[in-house]
Amino acid sequence: MSTAAKTPRPVAAAPARTFDVEQVRRDFPILHQKVHGRPLVYLDNAATTQKPLAVIEAVEHYYRHDNSNIHRGVHALSERATEHYENVRIAAQRFLKAPHSKEIIFVRGTTEAINLVTQTYGRQHVGSGDDVLITAMEHHSNIVPWQMLCDEKGAKLRIAPINDQGELLLGEFERLLGPKTKFVAVSHLSNALGTINPVREIARMAHARNVPVLVDGAQAAPRMQVDVQELDCDFYAISGHKMYGPTGIGILFGKTELLEAMPPYQGGGDMIASVTFEKTVYNRLPYKFEAGTPNIADTIGLGAAIEYLEQVGLEEIERHEHDLLTYATRQVEAIRGVNIVGTAKEKAGVLSFTMEGIHPHDIGTILDREGVAVRTGHHCAQPVMQRFGIPATARASFGLYNTRAEVDALVAGIHKVVEVLG
Amino acid sequence: MSELRELYQEVILEHSKHPRNYRALDSANHKAEGFNPLCGDHFTIYADVKDGTIHDLSFQGTGCAISKASASMMTQSLKGKSAAEAEELFTRFHDLVTGQGESADAVGKLAVFAGVSEFPLRVKCATLAWHALRAALRGEQQAVSTE
Repeated sequence: MSTAAKTPRPVAAAPARTFDVEQVRRDFPILHQKVHGRPLVYLDNAATTQKPLAVIEAVEHYYRHDNSNIHRGVHALSERATEHYENVRIAAQRFLKAPHSKEIIFVRGTTEAINLVTQTYGRQHVGSGDDVLITAMEHHSNIVPWQMLCDEKGAKLRIAPINDQGELLLGEFERLLGPKTKFVAVSHLSNALGTINPVREIARMAHARNVPVLVDGAQAAPRMQVDVQELDCDFYAISGHKMYGPTGIGILFGKTELLEAMPPYQGGGDMIASVTFEKTVYNRLPYKFEAGTPNIADTIGLGAAIEYLEQVGLEEIERHEHDLLTYATRQVEAIRGVNIVGTAKEKAGVLSFTMEGIHPHDIGTILDREGVAVRTGHHCAQPVMQRFGIPATARASFGLYNTRAEVDALVAGIHKVVEVLG
Repeated sequence: MSELRELYQEVILEHSKHPRNYRALDSANHKAEGFNPLCGDHFTIYADVKDGTIHDLSFQGTGCAISKASASMMTQSLKGKSAAEAEELFTRFHDLVTGQGESADAVGKLAVFAGVSEFPLRVKCATLAWHALRAALRGEQQAVSTE
């Protein structure tokens, strides 16, 4: 019984297999359904990704066999749950190429990761008259927490501008980096535009002025190989559900020396070494930042997602999605009246577009009837929409299981939009 | 496809492309904004109300075909009506687009919006301008009720 309940998790990454999109699709049960009588074409991967069987089964397996609280009991179940939970930390360390596993903090998602940093490092280091520098292409989750911090401290939020292609103006960015700048926060891959930011260069510029850098990696983590040491960022935030894992679990990577110096985020169980009514001694890293019973099951699900991505191979995924994006861009831009928003040279995964005289909402409804799921709206990036002078876009975003045939379905759907509304 | 045709009827498409009463209203004594933060639709409704009657009604803003056509046809339907009649028509219109109405006859030309009931996510689009108008009218009623 005990052997059946044990899921051995390799510490080393499993070797990548040959990429075969049809084989990949078989791993995702949800894809095999019809919507409004048409085969589902799921192109809303930047909002959330579907889950492979390995993830679904890992969560189920945990609840069926291992469910217990961690870091506490001496009994077998607790030991097992703790081991599986901590193995995910090691998998995440490997996935992000972090130097130490204690630099991996489990949080609810990218949003909480960023809030953790604003509420701890931010409150400690950003003061009245200081600047926080972000870019014009950020998701609301990398704007609002900084805005709240700046409001609280009397600091100023500076915005590095982007060009009409949706690329960061690096020269402007550097000009805005001044003696008052206390923090830089940028997205690695823009969810609304698909732009890949030159994070390494940004970090170099910021570090030359002793300014730490947080990178919102929510969209990059499932689409490209991330190496936090190579990027030399100080914090890197990701969400499990955008990388084929469960909702409600994410990761904050932080450099040890910064995390050590930061005050705790939330108080409670697990984050303490000792408690008396007079004084509490906080636990060591990473537990100092993980108060309370964490989301154990979904952490284990995230571990399965990481292993799945490693097996398929990030390099293969990057190549496959690049092919899809190029194929889709070529066809969509050829349709009369369609305007692609975000045409950066360095781009991945996301195809945002508008259609002349047709509101994105209507595009979304008609595509849905064709079985094609896209996102329509402002994509939690209202300032990006304002920058381009549009209320919203329709956005197709690709995942590792999408095919060229599905891109064809999208293109046929756009033609249907023209037919119905044009 | 037939459901799509039902939703995007010719009349609706025509109104969305050539909205009626699409202007600011200098004589407006009531004004309210309708905003759908989820999709970015944003309308301003202007109403000129005298002695409880809507003398003139107009709107401006951006939105999808459904929300724009709905705003356009609302302004046509309510000119000359009393505020109470406007509230009543909104109730019947709401019933229509949520599929609760007894019959589409009760809403006149607005019956073209019956297809919305097959698209629950679009009910908010169809009723956005109406909600804004209600806010504008109720603003006045509150002021009146305090007298």
